[in-house]
Amino acid sequence: MSRAVDFQLTDDQKALKRGIRDVLEGRFGRDALRAAVDAADAAAAAADVDAGAVADALETLRLDRELWRALGDAGFFSLCVPESAGGVGLGLPEAVLAFEEAGRVLLPGPAVATFLAAGEVEGAAAGEVVVTAVDGGLVPWLAEADVVRGNAAGAVAVRSVDPLTPLHRVPDGPLAPTAAVLLLAAEQLGSAARTCEAAVQYAQDRQQFGGPVGRFQAVQHLCADMLVRAETARAAVYAAAVTGDPLEALGAKLLADDAAVRNARDCLQAHGGMGFTWESDVHLHLKRAWVRAGLGRTAARAEEELAAAL
Amino acid sequence: MDLTYTEEEEAFRQGLRAWLADVLPKLPAKPSPGDWPGRRAYDTAWQRTLYDAGYGEVHWDASPTRRLIFLEETEKAGAPYVGANFVGLLHAGPTIASEGTPEQRARWLPPVLRGDEVWCQGFSEPDAGSDLASLRTRAWRDGDDYVVSGSKIWTSHAEVADWCELLVRTTPVSEDVPKHRGITWLAMPMGAAGITVRPLRTLAGSAEFAEVFLDEVRVPVANRVGAENDGWRVTMVTLSFERGTAFVGEVVACRRLLGELAREARANGRWDDAVLRRRLGRLSAEFAALWRLTQWNVSEGRRTGGVPGTGGSVFKLRYSHARQALYDAAADVLGPGALDLDRAWTLERLSSLSYTIAAGTSQIQRNIVAERILGLPKGR
Ligand SMILES: Cc1cc2nc3c(=O)[nH]c(=O)nc-3n(C[C@H](O)[C@H](O)[C@H](O)COP(=O)(O)OP(=O)(O)OC[C@H]3O[C@@H](n4cnc5c(N)ncnc54)[C@H](O)[C@@H]3O)c2cc1C
Repeated sequence: MSRAVDFQLTDDQKALKRGIRDVLEGRFGRDALRAAVDAADAAAAAADVDAGAVADALETLRLDRELWRALGDAGFFSLCVPESAGGVGLGLPEAVLAFEEAGRVLLPGPAVATFLAAGEVEGAAAGEVVVTAVDGGLVPWLAEADVVRGNAAGAVAVRSVDPLTPLHRVPDGPLAPTAAVLLLAAEQLGSAARTCEAAVQYAQDRQQFGGPVGRFQAVQHLCADMLVRAETARAAVYAAAVTGDPLEALGAKLLADDAAVRNARDCLQAHGGMGFTWESDVHLHLKRAWVRAGLGRTAARAEEELAAAL
Repeated sequence: MDLTYTEEEEAFRQGLRAWLADVLPKLPAKPSPGDWPGRRAYDTAWQRTLYDAGYGEVHWDASPTRRLIFLEETEKAGAPYVGANFVGLLHAGPTIASEGTPEQRARWLPPVLRGDEVWCQGFSEPDAGSDLASLRTRAWRDGDDYVVSGSKIWTSHAEVADWCELLVRTTPVSEDVPKHRGITWLAMPMGAAGITVRPLRTLAGSAEFAEVFLDEVRVPVANRVGAENDGWRVTMVTLSFERGTAFVGEVVACRRLLGELAREARANGRWDDAVLRRRLGRLSAEFAALWRLTQWNVSEGRRTGGVPGTGGSVFKLRYSHARQALYDAAADVLGPGALDLDRAWTLERLSSLSYTIAAGTSQIQRNIVAERILGLPKGR
């Protein structure tokens, strides 16, 4: 048959996704995630003792430069840099697959801004130079960034709800470009799919009333709705990556934000008391999902833009 | 991942568009919702028009892309809906195409494509709804016939159908035969002796479905699709078409309706309400995503041999709720107009209440997603 609209991943794309997952899980698996959280926690505790020294605490939350360089070596940041410039020469659809994987493992750091700066800012592609960007009223990882895109003058440190994303607020910055919106949406998708898996796994393992709680329909339906959210967002995100259409990207972000936030909450519910603990990873997904929902385009803004186009 | 159309597909789109622009203005006026013979005549005449122009088989086109282009273009142009041809074109036909013998395909498919014959679906029974496999309509062999007795319910289009895709029990449930085993899929001629159709009025006021009573109805054994007692497997094929692809065209309709709603809101001042405006914005993202999900499922279906996968349940769940949300938003745009039965929106809103029930309730779809896709233990 002739080539036609075929939305499924090609074998190359599947291989790329698997390869990136291997790299990310190898370099930033669960132990590394929890170690990063512990480090952030210690920094925050130090700040509490020294009341008011929020800024100092944020200075002490370091980005793992070694991880960043390893990602650079693996070609993560240079996926979309043309081959002639030493990159991998792939497009937005592949970038979206990579960021979906980053969202799954809760990769910390301003990966989106660094990725988009690769090829333009010397050293970004290699993971040597960390780039962040002013995004609406927020700047993630300002203190750790080597290069800041946009005007961060007057930035004020915030005690961030997400232990792994230091935040500054600025009066009013530029809106993120379409590619950034889409990559954030892809991270949300990865997180939404991950929390769905985690809920299903827990529902199979946790025994109550003489069997796994996953045999209860109330729990099953929670999980089913999580999958529906994740898969609908997936179709939207992948399609927007293929078309590159700005409005489609906004719509995809809207659905992916919803999927990430609500799946994290349902995942928490499925975990019972365990879901409310610091030790469980559920809250990390929820908090990061909240942060990403505040970046790129807020729901209010995206909805207004989509409505205006009706 | 590729969403570009080939030149051939674009040419198909352009040809279809030009054809629609030519024929649609010449169509007769739509019959009223209560006029069933009129509706049947209108719907089948449209199918005949499609057939004569070479589009009769488009729903079964080997290229899912052409199928989607067809749905997109006909909806955008405001062409008639499949209507009474729904069962024949969108699930009984595809089931016969996939499971029938060459003789059966030759007997039943061409008349569906030409708009000569209408099908209905006799699956549900008074005591077998969600638990379809517990159906009790009996069929026993008598020479070259099955003799069928029992009753069906919620049979859409029964009043005007020529054929019924009928599920019957050929082997009683026993210790050795679980309920899924003894079922057989038959094509029953609706003109046969012993069939009584009693229309049921829906909450929208019209009779969309009926009760069908079967009293020793003779159905030739040759009308059996699939093996005797293997009907449950055939049923799964039918249901996967019904859930997976049958509603696809309506997603495009929803996108068109949303545009109309925005125009209405701008005209009547409701657009100034930011909360409502944002709801419409979100619905726009929702239906765009559902269209993409459709493309996703269709390209996946091509890999599983044309029969849509369980992804159909994901789509059906999301779509049916989104469509209801669309009509709820419409009610807020229309204000008092939402209480006026002369506004088309009002009737459609009433009809939309069935979407989370028909073709398997939302609860049943969630059970399917949880057990068959996510692999959770069998529910209780
Ligand atoms: C407009 C319309 C057209 C239809 N057309 C046809 C047709 O042409 N042919 C045909 O054969 N059928 C048709 N149907 C029937 C339709 O398939 C059934 O109504 C549907 O499967 C539900 O069955 P039921 O009505 O018996 O509800 P029930 O099965 O009695 O369900 C009652 C409630 O219990 C819930 N429930 C039941 N079992 C479970 C479970 N295991 N877990 C959780 N919740 C459960 C249901 O979700 C529902 O909320 C049509 C229905 C409608 C509304």
